Amino acid sequence: MPTEVTMKVSEKAQIMDAAAIQRALTRVAHEIIEKNKGTADLVLIGLRSRGVDLARRLSQRLKEIDGAHVPVGALDITLYRDDLGRTGRHPTVRKTEITFSIENKKVILVDDVLYTGRTTRAAMDGLMDLGRPRVIQLAVLVDRGHRELPIRADYVGKNVPTAKTEQVQVMLQEEDGVDRVVIMESTTDDQ
Amino acid sequence: MALKRKDLLTIRELESDEIHLILDTADSMKEIASRDIKKVPALRGKTLINLFYEPSTRTRTSFEIAGKWLSADVINISTTVSSVTKGESLLDTGKTLQAMRPDVVVIRHPVPGAPKILADRLQASIINAGDGAHEHPTQALLDLLTIRERLGRLKGLTVAIVGDISHSRVARSGIQAMRKVGMDVRVAGPPTLLPRHPEELGAQVTTDVEAAIADADVIMMLRIQRERQGPTLLPSLREYSRLFGLTVERVKKAREGVLIMHPGPLNRGVEIAPEVADGPYSLILDQVTNGVAIRMALLYLLTGGHAATN
Repeated sequence: MPTEVTMKVSEKAQIMDAAAIQRALTRVAHEIIEKNKGTADLVLIGLRSRGVDLARRLSQRLKEIDGAHVPVGALDITLYRDDLGRTGRHPTVRKTEITFSIENKKVILVDDVLYTGRTTRAAMDGLMDLGRPRVIQLAVLVDRGHRELPIRADYVGKNVPTAKTEQVQVMLQEEDGVDRVVIMESTTDDQ
Repeated sequence: MALKRKDLLTIRELESDEIHLILDTADSMKEIASRDIKKVPALRGKTLINLFYEPSTRTRTSFEIAGKWLSADVINISTTVSSVTKGESLLDTGKTLQAMRPDVVVIRHPVPGAPKILADRLQASIINAGDGAHEHPTQALLDLLTIRERLGRLKGLTVAIVGDISHSRVARSGIQAMRKVGMDVRVAGPPTLLPRHPEELGAQVTTDVEAAIADADVIMMLRIQRERQGPTLLPSLREYSRLFGLTVERVKKAREGVLIMHPGPLNRGVEIAPEVADGPYSLILDQVTNGVAIRMALLYLLTGGHAATN
C-alpha cells in the first residue's frame, strides 16, 4: 500500500463545456467517415464506462451524417490490465457486451481520456481475444499526453497539455448529469 | 468494494455486500464462456491446486475450468493417487503444498472444518469445496446467481428445499446465503433427515412436501446421500420417492412456472422424476454453467491484493 498522505483534489480549470464536447464529437464523426470512406464495416467499441456513452453518441452522429447504423459494443478491460496483482485489491470487473462479430470489421475503440496508453493496450488485447478485426482505430475525447507505450489516437476531440500531477475528469450527461471536462489538481494538505 | 478475507470457508462468515459483489463479478465473468477463445490473462502466473479428499466430478472440473479460463496454472490432486494414501496428515500435505507456493488451494474433505485448518496455517487462499456435512459455499453462491439471473431479484422470493436436510452441506450453506439476501426458506423432508434444531437455520420446517412447495418461487431438491447416512434413516428409496420425490403430479400442485433446481448428481426417479429434471422450468444445467462463473469470480476476488507479501 502507498503511504497515505492527505490529498486535496480541487478543480483547476474547465477545458470543455457541453457545446465544445458536442462540436468535438461532430468533427470526430466526420473524420471517421472521411478516413474510412464511409461507414461500411465500421463498429464502435466503447471502453467502460464513459467510452461507451461517447461511442453511442458517435454512432448517433454517424447515423445523422451518413444514414447508416453503426453498432456499439461495450468492452471492460479489467481482466487485461497490466497491474493486476501489483497494486492492492483487484478492481471490480464489469460486463463486456459486444453482441456482434468483430471479425474482419473496422473497429473504432472509443475512450474518454488517452493518457499512458496502457488502457488502450489492454483493450487491444481484449479485442483480439474476441476476433480478428481488419483494422483497429482509436478515438478519444481528450489526449492529455504522457504516453508510456507506443500508442497514438486516430481521432482526438481535444489535445490538452497536462502535468502528471493533474487529473483530467470527463463528466457526461449519461453518468454524471452534466457535460464538461475539467482538470483537477491534487495538493497535499500540509503545504 | 472488495472481499474482506483471504479465504472462503463458509457462507456464515460472508456479509451480504460481499455476496452481491461475488454475484456481480460472476455475472461479468459469464461473457467469457460465450467466446470462441475462452481465456483472459487475469490470473497469469498464479497457481491453483485442487485438493480433493472426496470424489467429485462437477465441482473439481468447475474449479479447473474456472482457473484455466483465467489463465492460472491448475493442478489436481485426488486422494487415491497422492501421499494421502500413505498416511500423510492433512497438515503435512498442506505444508508440502505451501512449499510449492500455490496462490489458491481448493479443498474438499469429509471432515467439517478441514479447510479452516489449512486456512489458518497456509499463506495461500483456501476455498472450501465442501467439508463433510458442514458447508459448501460455492454451491450456495452459484444457486443464488442462477435464481437471480432467471427471476431478476432475490429479495422476497421463497425457496423450498426438499430432502436430506440434516446431512446436506448444500442446504446448510444455501439456507444461510438465502437468508442473508432476504429470501424466505422452507425445508421439507422425512423427520429422520431433518435437523434437530431447524429453527437455528432460519427456515420453516415441515414434513409435508406439498405444503412446502405450495407457493414457492423455487424448489430445490437435494440428493439422497447414501454415503453419509446409516442404514436406518430411510426404510426404502421407493417409499422416499413416493412421499418426497418431485414428480410431475407434485409440480402441478406448485405455482405455475416454479423453477426447479438440484445440485447434482441426480438420482433420477428417486428424489426427482426425469420429466421434471429435464422439463422447461429446470435450472439444473444453468446451475452447472453458473458454477464456473462463480468460481472464476472467487478466484479473481481472492487473489487480489492480500497475497502480495513475500
